[in-house]
Amino acid sequence: MVIYGVYIVSKSGGLIFNHDHNIPKVENERVFSYPIDLTLDYDPKRVTVAFGQKDGINVGHVLIAINGIPVNGSTTEEGKDVKELIENEQNFPLTLKFSRPKMTTNEKIFLASMFYPLFAIASQLSPVPKSSGIEVLEADTFKLHCFQTLTGVKFMTVAETTQTGMDVFLRKIYELYADYVLKNPFYSLEMPIRCELFDANLQGLLEQIEKTGITNI
Amino acid sequence: MARQSSRLESKKVNSELLTLTYGALVSQMLRDFENLEEVNKQLERIGYNMGVRLIEDFLSRTNSGRCLDMRETADKIQQAFKMYLNVQPTISNWAAATDEFSLIFDVNPLTEFVELPADVSNLRYCGILCGCIRGALEMVQLEVQCQFVQDQLKGDASTEIRVKFIRRLQDATPAGED
Repeated sequence: MVIYGVYIVSKSGGLIFNHDHNIPKVENERVFSYPIDLTLDYDPKRVTVAFGQKDGINVGHVLIAINGIPVNGSTTEEGKDVKELIENEQNFPLTLKFSRPKMTTNEKIFLASMFYPLFAIASQLSPVPKSSGIEVLEADTFKLHCFQTLTGVKFMTVAETTQTGMDVFLRKIYELYADYVLKNPFYSLEMPIRCELFDANLQGLLEQIEKTGITNI
Repeated sequence: MARQSSRLESKKVNSELLTLTYGALVSQMLRDFENLEEVNKQLERIGYNMGVRLIEDFLSRTNSGRCLDMRETADKIQQAFKMYLNVQPTISNWAAATDEFSLIFDVNPLTEFVELPADVSNLRYCGILCGCIRGALEMVQLEVQCQFVQDQLKGDASTEIRVKFIRRLQDATPAGED
């Protein structure tokens, strides 16, 4: 029973709040000798593993550090080019650290605005008139639950497929939103939510669910 | 007031606190603006801004569905007054087309200690309520007109707010609702 994240999308489709919760961190470090037994894909934005899955380093993982020095995009923090470092035999042995790629805030905003038309299309595709939009979207590793209020705000959670009672949880977040966001005199509507009280209460709610289950909230 | 674990049992406060705070607001505004019409306008605007936020609180507390006719809307407004001001207005004077009704208040907590001086007899003291109704309904895609037609402060027997349906805001309806 795990909740991975909470998102709030405004009436006009912008992401106004996101909270990552409990995302398992996957990081693997290994000493490599020349030539490395992985095929890397050198993209200017990130260096990813293209082929050769081994020791927990999976296809799609990104390089985050070389010899303990963090990597930003295709260069190390010291300004050296990653590709040159890895292709030069004299630099070996090298310690490379890989991790699962993390979504940047920009990517989250992008995905949230993608969900908005999907939601609208779903209601139009419906064979029966007056259908709602997407309420649950299921994949093999997660389930996305969406609750739209009468005013058009969408509350979404990404959780494990076996997680139950998400409708109750979503309504509870709505209550927190009505209390700690809208009653905050310094919050303007449709803007990103930066309210510490809201964060704290949401965190409290998530912890309570972890401890005592969803039925007790 | 933020709610604790159990819903609907919101914290209670003495209504006199609200009455006096509201009185202070209005009298300050009379001092700040020369013009009575301007005060009326600002009160309505404050109410509107409150309404667009308060509606979310109302919906999250009551689990209300969408209203599909004006009668349902009237009931919900009545329920909201009960919830937020602990008064139950009577709904009456329906127009033949059921697009217009009145909310009648025998008591109005906002005016409990108020006597209007003669020189501000054009002040719509409780204008904030009209703004609030209008703002809240606009967020659920209903455009209404809302005004006082009788006011105890002006010597009428009861206070009456007239609510008139203008139109549904089709473009603003969220996807999956139309």
